[in-house]
Amino acid sequence: MAKTVAETIKEITQQHLEQNNGLLFGQAITAVGWVNNTVPNCRNIVEFPMADVSNMGIACGAAISGRRPIIVIRFQDFMWLNSSPLVNYAAKSKDIFGTSTPIFVRSLAQKNAGCVHAAVLHSLFMHMPGFRVCSPMTPNEYQEVWHDFMVHDDPMYVSEHRTSFGNTEELKNNYDQADVTLIPISDSRFNVNEAVRILAKENIACNVAHVMWLKPFKNDHILKALASSKCGLVIDAGFEICGAAQSIAYSLIWASDKPVKALGLYDKSVGVTPETENATPDAQRIAEVVREIYKKTIKRDQYKENVR
Amino acid sequence: MGEQINFKEIFRKMCLIRHFELGVAEAYKEKLIPWLVYLAVGQESPSATISTLTKGAAVFTQHRGHSAYLAHGGNPQKLVDELLGLESGCCGGKGGSPCIQDLDVPMYGHHGLIGENIPLATGHALATGKLTVAYFGDAAAEEDYALTSYGFAATHKLPILYVCEDNDLSILTPIKDRRNWQVYDVTRSMGLASAAVDDDPKEIFTAAKQLLNRLPAFINIKTCRHLWHQGNNCDGPPKSDRLAEMRKVIPGASEIETEVKAYVRNLWQKQLQKL
Repeated sequence: MAKTVAETIKEITQQHLEQNNGLLFGQAITAVGWVNNTVPNCRNIVEFPMADVSNMGIACGAAISGRRPIIVIRFQDFMWLNSSPLVNYAAKSKDIFGTSTPIFVRSLAQKNAGCVHAAVLHSLFMHMPGFRVCSPMTPNEYQEVWHDFMVHDDPMYVSEHRTSFGNTEELKNNYDQADVTLIPISDSRFNVNEAVRILAKENIACNVAHVMWLKPFKNDHILKALASSKCGLVIDAGFEICGAAQSIAYSLIWASDKPVKALGLYDKSVGVTPETENATPDAQRIAEVVREIYKKTIKRDQYKENVR
Repeated sequence: MGEQINFKEIFRKMCLIRHFELGVAEAYKEKLIPWLVYLAVGQESPSATISTLTKGAAVFTQHRGHSAYLAHGGNPQKLVDELLGLESGCCGGKGGSPCIQDLDVPMYGHHGLIGENIPLATGHALATGKLTVAYFGDAAAEEDYALTSYGFAATHKLPILYVCEDNDLSILTPIKDRRNWQVYDVTRSMGLASAAVDDDPKEIFTAAKQLLNRLPAFINIKTCRHLWHQGNNCDGPPKSDRLAEMRKVIPGASEIETEVKAYVRNLWQKQLQKL
């Protein structure tokens, strides 16, 4: 039976803690389901008090000893507190001191969790030099991320999403002749197939090029998909303005010479009720934006043709 | 800890720190160091004394860290080069005065969040189980994340000595304007062995020796910063000068100081020729 993402994380963690003498830190780790059953019950787990800033500093201090700690941040919202030792020390230590701070930050997001527990904040860490940033959503991707962490010595920000924890399947890219390439990040990756089906009924064909590595950004497969389509749409589970989607769209425009738009959360606080929710773009919203950019692209192409 | 206090060794270290720092002040004045410097003139005795009891310990310092670096056996030449921004500096010339690191000591630097070395040192002590010493000022000591780090060390009984070099100033704001509580009262309430002493090496030595048998521990050392928070200026004569007091009581003090002073002067002259 195929492993879920949660089982994969648990297995990797257990091996690290028991065989590598690694460390795992976090708050309320050993209670309430062991972080969605992603943490094993074994040695080298240290429960942190509710002292987020010092906790991350302590974890960074442990990282410079070489034990490659994992720190679990149950909700990415808490990164506003936890980020200062990471940004100010862990991300800089290799550049300034020549010594690294390899720490694996498991930062979790959750759907429908309102204003305190729904944030996806990988964009913050993409912005700062010194981090590797990723958002794995499949078992193999998680294995790849862990391997990458162990062969490099940078702090790794892993933008997880609880939506992925039960997933057993790998998410495939496709490079057919298409009208639009969808380039989803985080849990929006689970919404794109439905958007593709909706749009196919309207004779708008879509490629999909999934994004797992945010920094360093890996774009070869995306450029391949974009090359066989007219335009692209990057979709993220974080805020759109100054976020990962806009940053990636900008770099893809220059790399592909194709129009690429960004789609993310609206510029408003996330509420808890359906009326105030500000969720990851769903299939309907993705389809709506695709129609808009597709029309614009067609118009632009027709205009170019007429000018010729 | 069976060590006896070695006043001459402590005095020699104090002289090294004092004359090294005066050399920095001069180079700064001459604009040979065109970036920020944080000098420990007047604050020599805490690290000069603590280092004699903690040989081989991992050391975590903050921005005013030249003193701890020199006291714990750091290479003065690499420190001069660091301050001059040379690649041969202990951080390749990238860190400068506030970011001193040298794993030969071993000493770990910081990046400017006041007191960030406190949780870092705590994590190091947890992960390695080895004796770790963290130096910081009285303002860093009161940071929220510093307080919770002391508590974590107490909870996990870590082998760490927190050394607060208490000059009563956060730039120029005295403690009485910042808080009505003492950090050592807080650490004591958390279960850390805690002591508050003057900057007399004998007092520091006696207290630290006891604390090192009861780790984790916190020692608050009242000291006197002679110069401004940053740079080489001062606001008149210092309230106290422990090195001057030591000169009066250490046998052969004059010879020791003359020798150290000459060494430091030669070192600065030699390294400045690299510019």
